[in-house]
Amino acid sequence: MQPFVTHTGTVAPLDRANVDTDQIIPKQFLKRIERTGFGQFLFFDWRYLPDGSPNPAFELNVPRRAGSSILLARKNFGCGSSREHAPWALSDYGFRVVIAPTFADIFFANCFQNAMLPVKLSEQDVDELFRRAAAAEACGTPYQLTVDLVGCEVRDDDGFTRPFSVDGFRRTCLLEGLDHIALTLQHLDQITAWENSHQLAPLKALDE
Amino acid sequence: MPAPARTLLDKIWDHHLVCAPDGEQPLLYIDRHLVHEVTSPQAFEGLRVAGRRVRRPEATFATPDHNIPTTDRRLPIADPISKQQIDTLRSNCRDFGIRLFDLGDADQGIVHVIGPELGITQPGMTIVCGDSHTATHGAMGALAFGIGTSEVEHVLATQTLRQSKPRSFEVRVDGALHPGITAKDLVLYLIGRLSTEGGTGYVIEYTGPCIRRLGMEERMTVCNMSIEAGARAGMIAPDQVTYDYLRGRDLVPKDFDAAVSRWETLPGDPGAVFDRVEVFSGGDVVPQVTWGTNPAQVVGIDATVPDPSRLADPSDRASAARALEYMGLTSGTPIEAILLDRVFIGSCTNSRIEDLRAAARVVRGQRVAASVRAMVVPGSGRVKRQAEAEGLDRVFTDAGFEWREAGCSMCLGMNPDTLAPGERCASTSNRNFEGRQGKGGRTHLVSPAMAAAAAVAGHFTDIRQWRYL
Ligand code: SF4
Repeated sequence: MQPFVTHTGTVAPLDRANVDTDQIIPKQFLKRIERTGFGQFLFFDWRYLPDGSPNPAFELNVPRRAGSSILLARKNFGCGSSREHAPWALSDYGFRVVIAPTFADIFFANCFQNAMLPVKLSEQDVDELFRRAAAAEACGTPYQLTVDLVGCEVRDDDGFTRPFSVDGFRRTCLLEGLDHIALTLQHLDQITAWENSHQLAPLKALDE
Repeated sequence: MPAPARTLLDKIWDHHLVCAPDGEQPLLYIDRHLVHEVTSPQAFEGLRVAGRRVRRPEATFATPDHNIPTTDRRLPIADPISKQQIDTLRSNCRDFGIRLFDLGDADQGIVHVIGPELGITQPGMTIVCGDSHTATHGAMGALAFGIGTSEVEHVLATQTLRQSKPRSFEVRVDGALHPGITAKDLVLYLIGRLSTEGGTGYVIEYTGPCIRRLGMEERMTVCNMSIEAGARAGMIAPDQVTYDYLRGRDLVPKDFDAAVSRWETLPGDPGAVFDRVEVFSGGDVVPQVTWGTNPAQVVGIDATVPDPSRLADPSDRASAARALEYMGLTSGTPIEAILLDRVFIGSCTNSRIEDLRAAARVVRGQRVAASVRAMVVPGSGRVKRQAEAEGLDRVFTDAGFEWREAGCSMCLGMNPDTLAPGERCASTSNRNFEGRQGKGGRTHLVSPAMAAAAAVAGHFTDIRQWRYL
């Protein structure tokens, strides 16, 4: 996996709560058997009008947000289905970070498998970021943030600095771009030992 | 010192903990892995690229369900991309030695329907599937949850999963449900109160007399929708209802009585402490209908479409306003006045035999309203055969319902069963997200009896007043 250390990029504000994975990547695009190529379908039903042209009212279609790599959203981002196609689509489109007050559990876990960092900040901090993004865009400049996984900190050039917390193991895996399966296979002896010992232990026969 | 009192979750967790190495997430052993065509191809491809095998093929079971037609199974699948996904599942199962309940197999069906039905799901197990409604299996007293495709690959390769222990949440329901009120109404009511993220980070254990009174299939309906409250999993401690359901199923332990003795040790110890507790009363539940675009946007049948401006939280207010616009509804409209175009009875929430019996009781001798197109999609081949043996298919078709082959169908509309833009549907499924049943489609979640009554009436109607013929 590609490591994630620190990332500076343009923020795309998506001022919506409960953005579910059916919106992130609608089901008609789940039929592919590859992991790549999903970026073109990201937010498809919001992003395009029925005639196939881009929907000018949709947040990501604002021209000065082109090339943005940090998505800013409201609470419960990524709720709904377990489809990893959602982080695949976000990542393929160019996002490396999603910032929100809360995330759905499965989506949150899926991000770490794909070199993408979900960052939880408080409702107030997220509010503040929406304000700063709007102010910068009103002046015609894209709003930029730096997300630093070494220092576990989000900052901009105008004095906004907030720490965020992240599970230590997940952080190490991202920083070093570790292969989760290879890492687990280092514990193969313990897995085998568990299997052997539970053949005799009372609950094991659940399997028989 | 006496051993500390443990919850059901604690017991399953402790039992399956392989190791918790310093600085790493704990490794949890996985007893059963269910696989379907949509979230698995990339996982198998990953195994191939790395030259890895499936560690325990015999603990892994597969079936195609999401992407399959529910019409005549003898015909080839028309959509070439859907066909490729199903062919890929077939070749992966063949290459890696996994038991596949294929299209045309008598036991094929929605993965969460066939797991319990075949006895794959058992109390005390850890069960995963690349699907968020895996929580269904928690109804048997298992720890069951959905995972992403990378985790599917991890489980295939190692039979374990990296997991931090979730927090425990007791949702106790006292009292009893009134006649006509179902498990679906109960769970929609609970989600409405807990919110879509009230359960995030938790495993919910449903307890209390109202839960104990539910049959096995009703318990599955409740656990199934735990994810809609954000919970990792939902579970109900096993009891006699569970053992009676499981006895005689194909894949249960041969010495069943010995298994029951072990399972009887699973329920939480007296005095075991949950991280959070909420208490509800079953008697407060009326028939539920969702009005918005998430399952927590729900009211009773006797209510009206709510006014977003009355909501306290600004992002809830914005969501509700957007939802009403998408749903084409006006605040203040009585729920019973909402007219329907389509009715869908099916999905892993409500497609088991009890659900079909409940719907059939309502439609027996009646006709589907002329303005409504209605379909019934059984959850599995077995449910379909059972229903046909009881003559339920005739009850439905005589009333004007379509009677289909087993699959996910219009729950998510990956196959040809979809809503057209603007069509309004009473659905027994679990998600009313924008576009879920078809781009621009408008979904209202209800119980099977409420869906059946709505099909006949052409609009929502209070099942408590239904005149059964
Ligand atoms: S019936 Fe619906 S919710 Fe259930 S597994 Fe199929 S698509 Fe998912």
